[in-house]
Amino acid sequence: MKTDEHGVHDLGGRQGFGAVRRDGEEKSFHGRWEASVFAMASVGQVTSAWNNVDRFRHAVERIDPDAYMKHGYYGRWLGGIETLLVEAGVISQEELNQRCLDLGAPQENSVAARPKLKADPMAAVAGPWSKRPEQKSPDFKLRDTVVANAGNGLGHTRLPRYVWGKEGFIAAVHGAWVFPDTNAHGLGECPQVLYTVCFKSTELFADCEQQTSIHLDLFEPYLQGVEHE
Amino acid sequence: MSERSPQSIRAEALEALLIEKGFLKAEDVDDVIARYSERVGPLNGAQVVARAWTDKRFRDDLLRDGSAAVSPYQFEGGQVEKLVVVANTPAIHNVVVCTLCSCYPWALLGLPPKWYKDPEYRSRIVREPRKVISEMGFEVAAGKSIKVWDSSAEIRYLVLPEPPENLLQYDENELPGLVSRDGMIGVAER
Repeated sequence: MKTDEHGVHDLGGRQGFGAVRRDGEEKSFHGRWEASVFAMASVGQVTSAWNNVDRFRHAVERIDPDAYMKHGYYGRWLGGIETLLVEAGVISQEELNQRCLDLGAPQENSVAARPKLKADPMAAVAGPWSKRPEQKSPDFKLRDTVVANAGNGLGHTRLPRYVWGKEGFIAAVHGAWVFPDTNAHGLGECPQVLYTVCFKSTELFADCEQQTSIHLDLFEPYLQGVEHE
Repeated sequence: MSERSPQSIRAEALEALLIEKGFLKAEDVDDVIARYSERVGPLNGAQVVARAWTDKRFRDDLLRDGSAAVSPYQFEGGQVEKLVVVANTPAIHNVVVCTLCSCYPWALLGLPPKWYKDPEYRSRIVREPRKVISEMGFEVAAGKSIKVWDSSAEIRYLVLPEPPENLLQYDENELPGLVSRDGMIGVAER
């Protein structure tokens, strides 16, 4: 596992991808199995095995990177669900592999799930939603200039690679929200102030046109203030 | 992807195990299909947009606090804890993405189309939005600036497209039909 850079899921600004491909029908589900995966990710008795959306997102991020690119959206979810159910002890990969063989799967199959031998701890969640009472006043106010930290690629974060070290300004202040970076790992909700930060596209990408800006919702610990002289 | 891809078999196997262990019921899958093919879809968002075109006060409320403005509709479908609506104007075009996963305002637009979740859209729309939107069939006017909204936390974004110039010629009931899912993501005019 790479620990020194961003994961395969962190796609913003990555080069080399081609045209957006529309499929003809654009149905919600292409085949019953996709709806089955959706149901497994939404029925409370199953999702209690991971108990928060941040842990789920992180499980999807750490599946086999090749599968991430090739198995499609519900294939990625399936990898995440299997990862978490194995980590929670609800199923074993051996019994799932055997069941796949029973259903006619070939012996050699790429398995997306990447369960850890020792799962992250589980922490209590205060409810299904993520907004929380503010514990302190925000460090930044509207129009303040800020710089996004450089991440380290360790664990879950909602700070995309393409803004690491880049300068923007506070465009909105949204109060305190559950902090995904701790919540995903069972380290508590640790609510943090959330901001919308506006970046000039030319600050992010040398080859970008002038007239574009990009807005991201970033948590206070991701940001540093900038003193202007 | 066909019904018998390796992923489909693995999903079927996992579903069977979870049913046997009492974590899931077969009806749960049927419920999901019914909910997202019948009750939750882009028509919810289209109703909101159409009303904002004709009701100035609602439009102002919607742009100030999207969640509060749409709460009377009681849309089901989850994934929208805080809704922010961003309005297209003669000077600004807005477009929405989630580069880290595929966050999307389910309750207003239903489940996202496949392309929204694919690497091509997620990687390129932040870097070359005008080109990507053009490739998808809509030319953003040369003088307009583009604002890209990357849904990196739990806030969900909806684009309020500009109304048609001949708005008054339409019956109120016809207006939602003019609003497309792609317009509310920001890859079409409306």
